[in-house]
Amino acid sequence: MRAIHRKLLRNLWVMKGQSIAIALVIASGIAMSVMSLSTLRSLQATRETYYQRFRFAEVFASFKRGPLSLQQRVEDISGVARAEPRIVKSVNLIVAGLREPAVGRLISIPDHQPPRLNQLYLRRGRMPETGGLEVVVGESFANAHGFQPGATVDAILNGRLRTLRIVGIVLSPEYIVEMNAADMLPDFKRFGVFWMPVTEMEAAFDMDGACNDLSLTLMHGAMEADVIRQVDNLLADWGGIGSFGRVDQMSHRFITDEISQLRAMGLVTPIIFMSVAAFLLNIVMTRLIDMQREQIATLKAFGYHNSEVASHYLGFVAIIVAVGVLVGTGLGIRMGHGLSQMYTRFFHFPIFQFDMDWVTAVLTTLISAVAAIAGTIGSLWSASRLPPAEAMRPKFPGEYRPSFIEKFGLQRWLPQTWRMILRQIRRRPLKTAFSIFGIAMAAGVMVLGHYAADALDFIVDFQFRHVQRQDLWINLAEPSATDAILDFHHMKGVVTVEPFRALPVRVHSGPRSRRLSILGMAPDRKIFRVIAQSGDEPPLRNDGLVLSARLAELLQVKVGEYVTVDVLEGKRPTVQVRVVGTVDDLSGTNAFALQPFVNQLAEEGPLVSGAWMSVDSKHLDELYAELKATPRVVGVTANAASIQSFLDTVGENQLRMQGFVIGFAIVIAAGVVYNTALISLSERDRELATMRVLGFTKAEISAVLLGELAILTLVAVPLGLLMGYGMAWLSSRSIHTDVFRIPLVIYPSTYARAAIVVLIAAVISGAIVRRRLDRLDLFAVLKGQD
Amino acid sequence: MNSSAIAAGPVFSARDITRVYRMGEVSVHALRGVTMDLYRGEFVVLLGPSGSGKSTLLNILGGLDVPTTGSVHFLDQNLTQSTDWELTQFRRDHVGFVFQFYNLIPSLTARENVALVTEIANNPMDPAEALALVGLEARVDHFPAQMSGGEQQRVAIARAVAKRPDVLLCDEPTGALDAKTGIVVLEVIERINRELGTTTAVITHNAMIAEMADRVISLSDGRVSEIRRNERKRPASEIVW
Repeated sequence: MRAIHRKLLRNLWVMKGQSIAIALVIASGIAMSVMSLSTLRSLQATRETYYQRFRFAEVFASFKRGPLSLQQRVEDISGVARAEPRIVKSVNLIVAGLREPAVGRLISIPDHQPPRLNQLYLRRGRMPETGGLEVVVGESFANAHGFQPGATVDAILNGRLRTLRIVGIVLSPEYIVEMNAADMLPDFKRFGVFWMPVTEMEAAFDMDGACNDLSLTLMHGAMEADVIRQVDNLLADWGGIGSFGRVDQMSHRFITDEISQLRAMGLVTPIIFMSVAAFLLNIVMTRLIDMQREQIATLKAFGYHNSEVASHYLGFVAIIVAVGVLVGTGLGIRMGHGLSQMYTRFFHFPIFQFDMDWVTAVLTTLISAVAAIAGTIGSLWSASRLPPAEAMRPKFPGEYRPSFIEKFGLQRWLPQTWRMILRQIRRRPLKTAFSIFGIAMAAGVMVLGHYAADALDFIVDFQFRHVQRQDLWINLAEPSATDAILDFHHMKGVVTVEPFRALPVRVHSGPRSRRLSILGMAPDRKIFRVIAQSGDEPPLRNDGLVLSARLAELLQVKVGEYVTVDVLEGKRPTVQVRVVGTVDDLSGTNAFALQPFVNQLAEEGPLVSGAWMSVDSKHLDELYAELKATPRVVGVTANAASIQSFLDTVGENQLRMQGFVIGFAIVIAAGVVYNTALISLSERDRELATMRVLGFTKAEISAVLLGELAILTLVAVPLGLLMGYGMAWLSSRSIHTDVFRIPLVIYPSTYARAAIVVLIAAVISGAIVRRRLDRLDLFAVLKGQD
Repeated sequence: MNSSAIAAGPVFSARDITRVYRMGEVSVHALRGVTMDLYRGEFVVLLGPSGSGKSTLLNILGGLDVPTTGSVHFLDQNLTQSTDWELTQFRRDHVGFVFQFYNLIPSLTARENVALVTEIANNPMDPAEALALVGLEARVDHFPAQMSGGEQQRVAIARAVAKRPDVLLCDEPTGALDAKTGIVVLEVIERINRELGTTTAVITHNAMIAEMADRVISLSDGRVSEIRRNERKRPASEIVW
């Protein structure tokens, strides 16, 4: 090995602490990117494979009742490849051990062969046979209740209590997330999907030779919107409630949202980490070269060319970057694999596919290398421009001036050491700014890391304690007269009842359209409120719609403009409706009005679809029993249960991701503070040694060095909190999903935590430097032997 | 030095060179018009008090620095008009430096410090051979921090001569050493000059050391104040200070 290479390795060894710190930050950035984007790829690829292999349909249509011949008529529509008729029914379930009623969705499958579309993957048991009400059940519901093949569930089929016999547990591409379209969130305990042979379904629901649901696949290149329009025209006569593509399919949409969150996480966070790593490497290389100017001069004096000196130091960078890249990629693959597996379990994919995102790995490697080299080249350039003779001479004393504080004559109160600190800071404003920026970054990343949890907290609090304050959400089987609701008042334990009308519609504005339910509500709302994040409650009206701000944005309409509303129920009129307000709410894309207005839109009498209730929890069990026995009621959602299931659903994934981010933030905090302190020490060792010789104690010289660090940290922390807010803003902007909007909410505790972590990192780094300072042979430094 | 060397023309010739540094807000005139020659194989001492410009002159001769005005030639090469790359190549091929504070690379052993130079030289000695020449056979694997000042300076000399340079430039080589150690170092320099015939220039402010030289060039305040020839060179071993 050449002597100059040994020098490289030994320099690295001496600076191992700093080198490891930088390599770790690089590794963190790369690990985050590789993990997120590989998981993203894996998730997308797995979903795609799953969809293809199990023939997930592309358009979905439901209607009241129609003949089986509809299949042929739909397949005749140009662009339709295949259509499959089904019977789909929602029923109330009575599950042992669950006091509130659960909702079951029963779906017909051909008697002795697999369905042509939306095929099932049999996880355990066997497929159902006719005679004996055999069913297979979706895995999420089965797991939530510990059902195994052989278990039974009671259900109310067509008004009669029947016992369903579970013979198998299955997965379906249609219900990757087993979720009721009416719910905001999946609730695996209270919503289950069952598949039953078609002859059994026909018998149980009097649907002989009839169907009420069609799934279609499209020909390559077919226009989905055209097909949907024609299918809707065809099904209007059969009570169609509007067909929709995958984009509006609940399960598909939920996963798409999850993927888009992952993408935001995979793009924004690594960029932040990489920029911090690049920045750190830049500082350290600049100062390393600064410190080694004598050695550089010596090398040059003996005839080493600039290019040779440059490649020597670039080798230094290359090794740090290489270690960071290797560790980061390895870690990223491992974590990505783990996260993908977690998602596979979470989504119950029958297949697992891990797709390493090599492009990301290569790209992040290039970014780190470029950042590192840029920092190195810059300082090497300035070092190489010095004639060697000048570089070898001790540096001319820096130009110090009284600091700004002293200009006001305050120095009388400043001890000598503080004057040194302030003048040092003032003399190197750029260096000071860089250090502050680096430490601030650490605080910022901490804030960003905890932002997701804060937003989640806020959503739960906002959605379930301010907006949806009902204890129970009751859905009726079909729109009914208001007196249905009056009965609820008389049930034991019911305190307040607020009826609502949920009208399925398709809203158009120009070429843009969304399928949703307009919520018609009472003028006086105590339970379920329409409320903006700011706390404002826009009044609902009888002459137009209040839209979610996000919906208005998607449709590109403003208050005062008109939208076209296709009602998808009853007489199915199409009407022009004015937008009278928007509300910046959190959940999904909603439209609100007063109930009479919604009834008027549907050209119907004063019908309601359900009610929100607040109840006395003492009588909850009796109430549940009574509701289970009420045939009109097809769905009861308890708010407390919703919150829990929401936290269970979102919590695990979010928290794991957040754990990664916070772990890495600590790496950054320690990396920046430790590096800043060590570099300060090596830059000023002569000065500090001189002070020791002059009779200063170790504590006093430590104060000069660490005091500077303390000031930098104290300035950096508030700045960092501000930067954290900025990054959270950026991150909230980059996550656009329909189901959720991520509000920009950061709690004071998050700021406090970030500040404390950075301060602790600073104190520990300071302690390490102090120890070094104590052990440093300062007199050797003075003699110039170092 | 013999007269044939003078007849062959100077190795170095400096003509009317000045050097002005800007240090912060002040201009320092280090050299104010120096003219001098160095001949092949001779041992020259540049003598002068601190601040007289002798280090600047040495750095300019060695291609570490360039004069503000004037010209310097090494044989046919005009150093004042050389590019940075050419100056580097000049140092690599022709010059060996010894500095007052040794300037060893602290992370490399004695042998490796020498190897650092032999690895880029055209016709170098073996590093061990160079270290033997300065009497450090036993210390080849020691790091700078494990050696005394005198030993470190001898490593620096070994490093300078290992490439068999045409000229050895020493800037206060004994400045950081005590008298006894200093004399050992001077003996080594003397032997290199005598046995390898390397043109040697030594800077010092110590008039006693000047007695070793063939010629003594005295500088004061950035100018040559005197050039004298020693009729009898005194061996380093006889020098006292």
